[in-house]
Amino acid sequence: MGNISEIFETSRETLHDIERRLEMPRREFLQFCATLAATMGLPAGAEAAVAKAIEAAKRPSVIWLHFQECTGCTESLLRAEHPTLEKLILDVISLDYHETLMAAAGHQAEAARKDAMKANKGKYVLVVEGAIPLKDKGIYCKVGGHTAIDLVKECAADAAAVIAIGSCAAWGGMPSTGPNPSGSVGVAEALGKPVVTIPGCPPNPYNFLAAVVHFLTFGKLPEVDKLGRPKFAYGRLIHENCERRAHFDAGRFAMEFGDAGHRQGYCLYKLGCKGPETYANCPTLGFGDAGENNWPVGCGHPCIGCSEKGVGFEKPIHQVAKVLNAVPPQQYPRIVEEQGKAASIASAAAVAAVAGAAAGAAIMLTRNLGLSHAAEEAERAKGTGDAGKSSADKAQV
Amino acid sequence: MSTRRDFLKGALASGAAVTACVAAVPAAARETRPRPPEALGLLYDATLCVGCKACVAACKEANNNPPEFSTVDHLWDTPLDTSGYTFNIIKMYRNGTMEVKDQEKNGYAFMKTSCMHCGDPSCVSACPVSAMTKDPVTGVVGYNPDKCIGCRYCVAACPFGIPKYQYDSPTGRIGKCELCRHRTKDGHYSACAEVCPTGATLYGKTSDLLAEAKRRIALKPGTRTTYPRGKVGGPDQSYEAPVGNYLQHVYGEKEYGGTQVLKLSGVNFAKVGMPDLPPDAAAALSETIQHTLYANLIMPFAVLGAMTWVAKRNVKPDDESSDKEGS
Repeated sequence: MGNISEIFETSRETLHDIERRLEMPRREFLQFCATLAATMGLPAGAEAAVAKAIEAAKRPSVIWLHFQECTGCTESLLRAEHPTLEKLILDVISLDYHETLMAAAGHQAEAARKDAMKANKGKYVLVVEGAIPLKDKGIYCKVGGHTAIDLVKECAADAAAVIAIGSCAAWGGMPSTGPNPSGSVGVAEALGKPVVTIPGCPPNPYNFLAAVVHFLTFGKLPEVDKLGRPKFAYGRLIHENCERRAHFDAGRFAMEFGDAGHRQGYCLYKLGCKGPETYANCPTLGFGDAGENNWPVGCGHPCIGCSEKGVGFEKPIHQVAKVLNAVPPQQYPRIVEEQGKAASIASAAAVAAVAGAAAGAAIMLTRNLGLSHAAEEAERAKGTGDAGKSSADKAQV
Repeated sequence: MSTRRDFLKGALASGAAVTACVAAVPAAARETRPRPPEALGLLYDATLCVGCKACVAACKEANNNPPEFSTVDHLWDTPLDTSGYTFNIIKMYRNGTMEVKDQEKNGYAFMKTSCMHCGDPSCVSACPVSAMTKDPVTGVVGYNPDKCIGCRYCVAACPFGIPKYQYDSPTGRIGKCELCRHRTKDGHYSACAEVCPTGATLYGKTSDLLAEAKRRIALKPGTRTTYPRGKVGGPDQSYEAPVGNYLQHVYGEKEYGGTQVLKLSGVNFAKVGMPDLPPDAAAALSETIQHTLYANLIMPFAVLGAMTWVAKRNVKPDDESSDKEGS
């Protein structure tokens, strides 16, 4: 990593090249690099390294596959409104195969993919958008006569890195939701190995770009959590950075859409917001470069947990979420908390009366036992006496 | 058969035996044990506490404890007291209009409730196995679930009500603060002190903490002074703040023979839940009595002998009655 001043000292000429190549003023280019470095949570000065990596014009080949999806992830990426971002998407990387964006069609397109794979063997980045059906040998999704599972295996074999963009590619997303008639799964499960995932429906384009630029800058993909999500973007719960969090802590909730609380921007937890169990940076990054609060919760709709497996598309939208971080609220136990009530005099007297009765009964019982024993003994003695008497009587008779 | 003479002889003999055993072990009487010289502890300064409960959350996380709920909505971790799953809690004293912090009338104050790590802990004394132990160097009162038999004597013995049992679990354990001794190997210290934003909970050697506490109460209320944060002797995180209106009392300096966790407050300690305790540990007295009675097992043998003798004396030979019946 270098210093920002290094860019001006060592690579003024390359920056001019960049200006020409990207048709982007130097200032905007550096702003873009700083934005990405900040998204990744890199320290100050890292933008220099990012800038150097981009200006080096390595332009890694990217193959982008579409399977069971809605192309929303691609649309989201195209609508990243940072000035001339589309230039960067196309020029920072060499997008050799992308069904939505490429000019080629039919066999020509497939040939382009094969050429790119051969020319950049072991060096290209594979991006997968959409779930992969496995049921009935994967016949429910075919491109150019090949099934999705065959294509993803073929392309992943020689890829330097595999990135699954969107929830569908990450774990199956909406296509995999029950009853899942096509047996859809995510890329990691289809390939049988972990991949970097950028879940979301759609994901924030900057999370994807930052992951790619991390790969360009450092030669490896960013650190990920156990679900393969980059930690810089998915390291915290939405609930932790939510602008409505203060309302949650204070117990102020919107109870229904359009009520007084909803109009005042109260917490949407009781409307089913999944922020407390969903990891994503939506509240800090926002969508569409339109300024703060431009994300579902900011607009007044509860989070549906689209980036969280088992939450998004699976739990009903208005079902109340499980709060994963139940940190203490602003309420305090008293110095001495009453735990149940002490016995009143009446109840104590009642208990004492019952206990006394029981004790008396026990004494009487023991005594009676002794008495009955004595009576039995007496009876026995009498019985034997009678028997003796009667036998004597018999003898007399 | 038995005479008064015999009874008196027996009584005399057992009395002599008791006297002999008591006389033989005068050394069993023990003094309250002081804190080890290198004892570790905490200093909680209620006047610095802002009631953020970061320490409660950090404690839960450090000890991997689940949240406990006391509200209708199970949204927040809201324990009402320490429990088998809550080792540290911030409680609040409230009076009247609650206008002024650390004021007894019409005021409020916070108080941390967690293990005091006594110099001579009752829980360790009461434990019939060696599940509760006091580290000879750090003085940390630790708990070993593998040795625990679940008798809960420690729960009953503690004057601060700290060790708590996990009653809801069929394989319950005792839960209590162990001063994050499991975190020291990673270079960490008590999580509560590590996260405290104002230094209200400070970690360090008890001797250092006691000196710091005495420095604080000697200052004039309202003047400004430097308060360390985190750990005494650790990296400097100190900041300047006005001196609180302290009571001239360091709780834990002398209570119960001295505890390793010390407390400062502006409100009477008894009112914020810290019991008024004598300067001697209960363990010293109870152990003196117990160890005297059981020294070399003389007392049990003497009592058993006396009881055997009395029993023998009262038993009538069985054949006597059978002879009677036979006749």
